[in-house]
Amino acid sequence: MIDWQALSLSLQLATATALLLLPFAIWLARLLAWSRFRHQGALEAAILLPLVLPPTVLGYYLLLGFGGASPLGQAYHALTGRALVFSFDGLLAASLIFNLPFAVQPMQRSFAAIPREVREAAWVSGLSRWQTFRRIELPLAWPGIAAALALTFAHTLGEFGVVLMVGGSLPGETRTIAIAIYDQAQAFNDSAAAGMSALLLALSFVAVMLVSRLGRLVLRR
Amino acid sequence: MKLVARLEQSAPIPLAADIACDSGELLALVGPSGSGKSTILRCLAGLHRPAAGHVRCGDETWFDASRGVDMPPQQRRVGVVFQHYALFPHLSALANVIVALQHLPAGERAEKARQWLARSNLEGLEARRPAELSGGQQQRVAIARALAREPQVLLLDEPFSAVDQVTRRKLLRQLIELRRSLDIPIVLVTHDLEEAALLADTMTVLHHGRSLQTAPPDELLARPASALVARLTDQPNIFTGRVLEQSPASDTTLIDWLGQPLQAAHHAVFAVGDAVCCVVPEAGVILVRDHQCDRENTFDATVSERLAWRGHATVTARVTGQREATLSFAIGAAVAQRRGIVPGVRVALQLQKAAICLTPADQPSGRPVAGQLGTAATAAGDRPA
Repeated sequence: MIDWQALSLSLQLATATALLLLPFAIWLARLLAWSRFRHQGALEAAILLPLVLPPTVLGYYLLLGFGGASPLGQAYHALTGRALVFSFDGLLAASLIFNLPFAVQPMQRSFAAIPREVREAAWVSGLSRWQTFRRIELPLAWPGIAAALALTFAHTLGEFGVVLMVGGSLPGETRTIAIAIYDQAQAFNDSAAAGMSALLLALSFVAVMLVSRLGRLVLRR
Repeated sequence: MKLVARLEQSAPIPLAADIACDSGELLALVGPSGSGKSTILRCLAGLHRPAAGHVRCGDETWFDASRGVDMPPQQRRVGVVFQHYALFPHLSALANVIVALQHLPAGERAEKARQWLARSNLEGLEARRPAELSGGQQQRVAIARALAREPQVLLLDEPFSAVDQVTRRKLLRQLIELRRSLDIPIVLVTHDLEEAALLADTMTVLHHGRSLQTAPPDELLARPASALVARLTDQPNIFTGRVLEQSPASDTTLIDWLGQPLQAAHHAVFAVGDAVCCVVPEAGVILVRDHQCDRENTFDATVSERLAWRGHATVTARVTGQREATLSFAIGAAVAQRRGIVPGVRVALQLQKAAICLTPADQPSGRPVAGQLGTAATAAGDRPA
C-alpha cells in the first residue's frame, strides 16, 4: 500500500526546494560562470561538498546547526515559535543546502557556455542588464536551468540520510516517501515497500530522462 | 562628429593609445596579436574601463577618468561587429536585428529590421537562425544589427577573420561600398595590412598597447616613423647603416651600407656618424638592365627566391658587400619569366633615392627588436656575410 501522505509530502518538499532554490542558484551559477574572485575555488568546493559527504555527516552537522541549542535554531524559534529540527521547515532548509550542487552545477555550465561577446552584443545593441538576462541569457541557459530543476526535484524525492537525521519520521510532517519505504521494509511490509519503490523509481527515471534530453539539446545548439 | 580617445592603463594589457577618427573616415588599428587593438575597441564601446584617459564623440563625453564619467555601452550609441559576430544563436536573423532597435516604438521594429536585412541583401533569410546561415551571411546580419542601432560610431573587430578567402574578398568589396554611404567615424581592428590599406583612410600602428604612428596607409608604408613601425607593417627591406655625409645642397644624406655608399634624400635630423635604419619599400627597389649599372644606388645581387602569385612575382636577392643583405622587390610574373629571374641568376638592383626612408636605428638593447617581431625582422635585413 502506498503511503500517499508521504508521497504528497515528498512532492511538496521537492517542488518547494526546486522553486525556492531556483533564483538563488541562478544568481550563484552566473557569478561562478562569469566572475573571478578571491576564494572562488573554496566556494565551489563548498557547494560540491554535499555530493561527496556521507548524508549522515551532512545531516549531523545540519542537526547541530538547526538544533534548539544553536543560534539559528533559537532565532527561528524566537521568530516563528517553532523548532527547525524535526519539522517540515527544517527539512526544507536542509533540502535547500544538500541540493545546492545539483542546482548550481548544470546552470553554471550553461551560463559559462554563453560567449562573453554575445552578452556584450546585447549591451551595445541597447539592452539593459535585466533585458539581456531575460531575453538573451535565460533562453540560452534554459536547458541547464531545466536540468537543474529536474535534478533537484528528483534528488529531493529520493534523499534519505539527511532527511532522516534532520527530520526523523513524523507522519505528515517529516516522513517523506523515502523514509516511508525504509519504515515499511523494516516492518517486513514488502508489498508496500515494493509499490512505493517502483513509484519512486519511475518518477526518478522520468526526471533523469528529461535531464539527458535537455543535455542533448544543449549539445545540438 | 569626431571620435577622440586617449586610453591609458598598465594591466591587464598595457595601454597608452591616442585615437582620433572623423565622420566618414575609416581608421584601421593594426598591430600584432596582444598589441591591445581589441581592448581599445572595447574601451570605445564601453565594454572595458581603462585606468585613465577619455573617450569623446562629438560633444558627448563617453568616458573621462578624471571626472568619473563612464557612460554604459547601452547609452553610447555604438555599432559593434564582433570578431565572431556574436549573433544571438536562439534568435532568427530578423529578431537579431530587432534587438538593436530599442530606440524605435515596438510596432515599427519588425518592418525596420526587414529593411536593414534587405539593405544587406539578406531578403528571404529573415527567419533563419545564425547556425543556418553561411559565414558571410552571418557577417552581414552582424553589420545590419550594428547599423540598425543608428550608431554614432561603427566599430569593426577583425570582421573578416572568420570567413574563407573568397568570401572575404566579396565582403571587403561590400564594406568598401557600405562605408561610402556612412557618415560616421568607423574604427576597424585588423592584423591584416592589406585589408587595412584597402579600407582605411588612416592607420594607427599599435605595439604593446602604445600607438606608434598614425598616418594614411600609403604614407605610413612609405615613411615609417621608426624601424619598429617598419617591421610591424611587414616592410621587407630594413637595413642598418651609418651617416657618411650630409649635403643639403644636393638633397642627399650619404649612408655607408655594407661598406658601399648609399644615397638617400636629405634627412636633416641625423648627424654624420649616426647609426640609422634604412627602410625601402618593395616598390623602391628596381631591377635595372646591364647598361644602366652606372646609375646611383645600383648594386649587384644574386636572386635567391622567386614567388609568383596572380601575375605578380616577389623576388628576393642577396646583395654582397663587406657584409651581406637581402633585398625584396616585386615585378610582374611575366617580366620575371621573360628576363629569366630564377634563383642563382645575377641581377643589378637600384634602390631609388627618394624611396629610402631613414629612421633612428633600434637601440642595441631594451627596445623590442628581432625576437619579438617575427618574420619581418628575421627574413630581411642585413647580417654578417
